[in-house]
Amino acid sequence: MEEEQYELRLYVAGKTQKSVTALHNLKTYCEEHLLGKYTLEVIDLLEHPQLAEGDQILAIPTLVKKVPDPVRKIIGDLSNKEKVLVGLDIRTKS
Amino acid sequence: MIDQTNFTGQMSTLPKTPTGITGLDEITMGGFPSGRPTLICGSAGCGKTLFSLEFIVRGALQFDEPGVFIAFEEKANELATNVASLGFDLNKLQEEKKIKIDYIHVDKSEIEETGEYDLEGLFIRLGYAIDSIGAKRVVLDTIENLFAGLSNQAVLRAELRRLFQFLKNKGVTAIITGERGESSLTRQGLEEYVSDCVILLDHRIINQISTRRLRIVKYRGSVHGTNEYPFLIDEEGISVLPVTSLQLNKEVSTNVVSSGISTLDSMMSKGGFYQGSSILVSGTAGTGKTSIAATFADATCKRKDRCLYFAFEESPNQIIRNMGSIGLNLQNHINDGLLQFHAARPTLYGLEMHLVAIHKAIRKFKPQVVILDPITNLITVGTVSDVKSMLVRLIDFLQEEQITVMFTALTLNTIVNEQTDEGVSSLVDAWLLIKDIELNGERNRGLYIMKSRGMQHSNQIREFVITNDGLDLIDVYLGPDGVLTGSAREAQMLLEETGEVLHTHAISRKDRELLRKRKVLEAKIDSLQTEYESTEEELNKVYIEEEIKKGVMQQTRNKMTEIRRGHSTPDKNTKADKKE
Repeated sequence: MEEEQYELRLYVAGKTQKSVTALHNLKTYCEEHLLGKYTLEVIDLLEHPQLAEGDQILAIPTLVKKVPDPVRKIIGDLSNKEKVLVGLDIRTKS
Repeated sequence: MIDQTNFTGQMSTLPKTPTGITGLDEITMGGFPSGRPTLICGSAGCGKTLFSLEFIVRGALQFDEPGVFIAFEEKANELATNVASLGFDLNKLQEEKKIKIDYIHVDKSEIEETGEYDLEGLFIRLGYAIDSIGAKRVVLDTIENLFAGLSNQAVLRAELRRLFQFLKNKGVTAIITGERGESSLTRQGLEEYVSDCVILLDHRIINQISTRRLRIVKYRGSVHGTNEYPFLIDEEGISVLPVTSLQLNKEVSTNVVSSGISTLDSMMSKGGFYQGSSILVSGTAGTGKTSIAATFADATCKRKDRCLYFAFEESPNQIIRNMGSIGLNLQNHINDGLLQFHAARPTLYGLEMHLVAIHKAIRKFKPQVVILDPITNLITVGTVSDVKSMLVRLIDFLQEEQITVMFTALTLNTIVNEQTDEGVSSLVDAWLLIKDIELNGERNRGLYIMKSRGMQHSNQIREFVITNDGLDLIDVYLGPDGVLTGSAREAQMLLEETGEVLHTHAISRKDRELLRKRKVLEAKIDSLQTEYESTEEELNKVYIEEEIKKGVMQQTRNKMTEIRRGHSTPDKNTKADKKE
């Protein structure tokens, strides 16, 4: 699993406190655990509202792990590192 | 709250958005509150989704108001398949940008929550969907699914409140659906957020027959019907029945329609029933109620009016065949499109459904005459009071439409005054009662008019006979043992005829006697006359002789005088003098 490329999308709506926090947290985790094997796309729904439908976005901010399977969504400001890593299947639940 | 309702209602009328759902706009007095959310709640399978979807579809088709349907439960294509049977082509409407169906999938297993979040994504999607087609109507079906997918209740509740505010700001008329809760209207207490209009759907099963009902729990700022209204889901969507009209201000007609039996018409001073009135024909089994109804139908069709016949007992073909035996050809009228049969077993569905079905059929066919045969069978699917209330509503509706209605009712009780006929006897305008009269070992039918509002009617019992050529009424004979019917009546008629002959005979004998007496007397008068004449002649003879004698004596005296004066007289005169 370590070999796989991660494709991540972070949906935000404008530069809100939560979005900024989420993006900051996400970047920290990725640099730490997925260095060099991830792509991160940040989508601002205020600019592209039509994109919300495709990934079934409800909550903001939402992090979507497109690849590898299974698709997972993590909502919130990603402040709980443990949960995020489990959610991204980087770390299994202990 | 009620005070407030009335107050704001008077101050300025609340703008309303018509739903287009048959009957619903009548009980909400115009539709749902425009630009505000309305909550529709009810237990599973009561029709919430269909209700809200019809709101969207009708809005798009009839009122040119595009709508967005946010589905949390079913996917767009599933929805489209589900409502295709109702004739709604969702895919086509979507292509035409009249509606937009957005499926929002919430799956707890896919979602991990960490830290703070809000539902801005939902708002953006909703906003985007609304803006993309310029929607005026929005449905969220059902938003409670969010509670299953997301665990942070505090965020959810705060966001819901924001959502409704958002919808109001958007100026869309929204429907939120919610599952019925144990002790509250909805499981998640959505009614806290939607306080303008709440509609409760219900699906009840009584005596194994299910009835859907709708009730407006509240409607802020508007008057509305408060009853439970039954509704029906069929191939044309939902029809709600505003079952009781609130006022008794119906138009009335003075036109009269014939019953098809001329002798029956003549029993009523106006020569028939008033148009738009209700007629009850009641009687025990086998008294010919259906025959009367069929004759009425036949007469209606012969006037080129349309007649709708609801048969709850016999199949149309059976009725047509049976009525052929009394000389009615109903098939012709069916072929001409003037007569339509609707046959249904009463147990097919609940009373309310029957009523809705009857309503629909009437609205479709627009008949001048409606026949329900027999209403008593409806009792198998409801209590007497249920049937009564249904019939009240039906009569109400028919009178409004100026449709003449004939009910037939089977009476099990032979004592007329004790039976109630589903209690409709007080509602109907005319009541014909057919009664069995058992006498001399035979059973005959007696018909009389119990009441006939607004016109004089005969108080007599007529014998009701069914012949090959149709129905007829014959005067019954009142004998010492009561009324005489059937062969007893025939016998009585014969008896009277014989009496007549005898009587005539007697009279002629007397006449002859009189004649003879007269002849005798005349003969007597003749002889007396003769006697009188002879007596008169005798008397006349004496009198004439007297006269002659007197004349002769005068002459003699004159001659004597002349002789004395010295004239010579011939001998003859002298001789005459001597004789004197």
